[in-house]
Amino acid sequence: MSEMTTSHKAASASAVSVIARDTLLTAVVALVLAVPFIGLKSDSVGTALTLVTRWPLMLAMVGAVAAGRVLVSLWRLRSAAKAQRATAHTAAGDAKASLAAWGNSHMKAIGFAGFALAVVLPFLPFSNRYVVDIGTTFLIYVMLGWGLNIVVGLAGLLDLGYVAFYAVGAYTYALISTQAGWSFWVCLPLAGTFAAMFGLMLGFPVLRLRGDYLAIVTLGFGEIIRVILMNWVDFTKGPDGVSGIPRPSFFGAPFSRSAPEGVTTFSDLLGIEYSSMHRVVFLYFLILALAAITNLFTLRMRKLPTGRAWEALREDEIACRSLGINPTNVKLSAFALGAMFAGFAGAFFATRQGFVSPESFTFMESAIILAIVVLGGMGSQLGVVLAAFALVVLPEWFREFEQYRMFLFGAAMVAIMVVKPTGVMGHREPTIRLHPVGKSKKPEAAR
Amino acid sequence: MRGKLRIIFRGRFDLAYFFQQLINGLTLGAIYGLIAIGYTMVYGIIGMINFAHGEIYMLGAFVSVVTYLVLSALGLSYIPLVLLVMLLSSMLFTSIYGWSIERIAYRPLRGAPRLAALISAIGMSIALQNYVQLTQGARVKALAPIISGGFTVMEQNGFTVRLSTLQIFIMILTTALMVGFSYLIDKTPLGRQQRACEQDSTMAALVGVNVDRTISTTFVLGAALAAVAGVMVTLYYGVVDFYIGFLAGMKAFTAAVLGGIGSLPGAMLGGILIGLIEAFWSAYFTIEYKDVAAFSILVLVLIFRPTGLLGKPEIEKV
Repeated sequence: MSEMTTSHKAASASAVSVIARDTLLTAVVALVLAVPFIGLKSDSVGTALTLVTRWPLMLAMVGAVAAGRVLVSLWRLRSAAKAQRATAHTAAGDAKASLAAWGNSHMKAIGFAGFALAVVLPFLPFSNRYVVDIGTTFLIYVMLGWGLNIVVGLAGLLDLGYVAFYAVGAYTYALISTQAGWSFWVCLPLAGTFAAMFGLMLGFPVLRLRGDYLAIVTLGFGEIIRVILMNWVDFTKGPDGVSGIPRPSFFGAPFSRSAPEGVTTFSDLLGIEYSSMHRVVFLYFLILALAAITNLFTLRMRKLPTGRAWEALREDEIACRSLGINPTNVKLSAFALGAMFAGFAGAFFATRQGFVSPESFTFMESAIILAIVVLGGMGSQLGVVLAAFALVVLPEWFREFEQYRMFLFGAAMVAIMVVKPTGVMGHREPTIRLHPVGKSKKPEAAR
Repeated sequence: MRGKLRIIFRGRFDLAYFFQQLINGLTLGAIYGLIAIGYTMVYGIIGMINFAHGEIYMLGAFVSVVTYLVLSALGLSYIPLVLLVMLLSSMLFTSIYGWSIERIAYRPLRGAPRLAALISAIGMSIALQNYVQLTQGARVKALAPIISGGFTVMEQNGFTVRLSTLQIFIMILTTALMVGFSYLIDKTPLGRQQRACEQDSTMAALVGVNVDRTISTTFVLGAALAAVAGVMVTLYYGVVDFYIGFLAGMKAFTAAVLGGIGSLPGAMLGGILIGLIEAFWSAYFTIEYKDVAAFSILVLVLIFRPTGLLGKPEIEKV
């Protein structure tokens, strides 16, 4: 007994010394790293640059980093001890009730509850224009996340230029509606088709290659689209963007106070009093429907041969090839379908804003959408919703931290990947198994 | 139409104009090449695109600006010494950044799915960009030229070809670094370990190579070269902002792929080609689409020669 306590004491003493050493090393490195960026600042005064020193701030930052390092060490120590205890008690495996496991076993119920909440949101007592607007933005990102989830989560293709297809969709609607006067409902499928065609065009040469090349080529493609939108002034109006894009109508009934001769407005059609909220709520339901379609499509696809081939290809390309799956075609289908949904979302974006410009389609957008998919856990539909909430809605509440938003965003991407490389809700379980594992009843139904 | 064309193209087909673009392109290419080496080495050894490498180059440029300001505050004005200190401090600080980035964002993910490491790298890139924006401000930093002067190489139809001292400096420094670096990789124990890990890191570990340390060294070396590129850009363009890493990183990656990823001479060759393509494209076609040109080249290379100009074909094994 006494032997055990001494060994335990010795272990904790060595743990303390290890933590102290790590912390010291971290602090020294942080100090060196901070000198040229936090300690010294180049400040523009007029046309000349001057040097500003901020030593107290720097020391505070280094202190914060060191404190953070101590916390990380302690946390690691704890989880290591936990793991040890878990191996000691063999039954602990079952008790491993994580968020992901819980979420996955109640997927259907959570999904329906979430959808119901989304449907009633505009009619809740606290819902004003602001809430519905944020809800609409949130749903755009959810839809984009679900679309990209087909490409990244299911087929395992890293697309860093997803926003390019979004831009294609938005400009398709913006240009056709302003030039030819076609309505939103005609342009919506067109926008999706065009985006899918761009996806095919880009994917065809590149999808034969290894995954990382695809990442870079899509990133380059995203930039190319933006540069073209900026510079082809005759066609896209360049950096000024396209304005005056028509708003959608409710089966031909416009959302306005008064309509021209022979046209009934939405409020007259339903016999209710005109309110500017009608359009906002209508747009909200429109994107809710589009997002729901994307979700249902994905869920159905996973049960079809093509969807299963996507997942199989993600897991092992060589095995797939040996089973007679044509990797290029299967990947191409995922890539084009993902692009199509981005095109739909783009058309919606254009009609909602009434204005599009290249500014809206920067690499940052792609990174945010990708982060939504990845942080949520690649392949998880619910994870996308949670991550979209964390990345799109939460920042709205913390507007005063705007400056630090992107920094924290990047840091969070690194941290989540390091702690949980499969994402918050990630499981990487195939949709179907030949022999169901253990007690999990029907893997298909669980999803 | 004819007349308009003639006005546009007047002087553009002169030899002098061509030479000037050649000089500009080579200078630009040297800078891209130095960044490309970092991509190619990291890819060679851990098979990952170090997405934050462009940011490392940006950090190098900022360190050089700050160092220059410190030196001028100290009253040091002997130019060769200023340059030397700028280069050394930039290489020092930037390589520590490179080392830390590997420790924080990549080492814990070794053995994780490839996508995880790439996403961690993208997160790192976003974080670094905003870190610099927060700490150094979003405004463009403009420095007065430190090295001035140059030679007139030739003159034709009133167009003079200038080769500035700075361009000579950049080319000589790049060549020296390349020679030194090739020696390091080809002949020293460090380089041997690096190549061993590149071929088969498990086997290298079995025969006593410290794989973790070798990978760290790779990051440090890559960052040091990117820092030199950052100093050169600061000197060459005189303006630096927190966003320069993105495009430069993309182009350097294109250069690495064009030359054949994993190959050091390939990275340098690719860098020079990208520099030349960009210079000639902006000179003879439209300057707005020069970035498009680089990416189109990337796509074309990937379609017709995925292994790049000097790369070895990759054999896929189960």
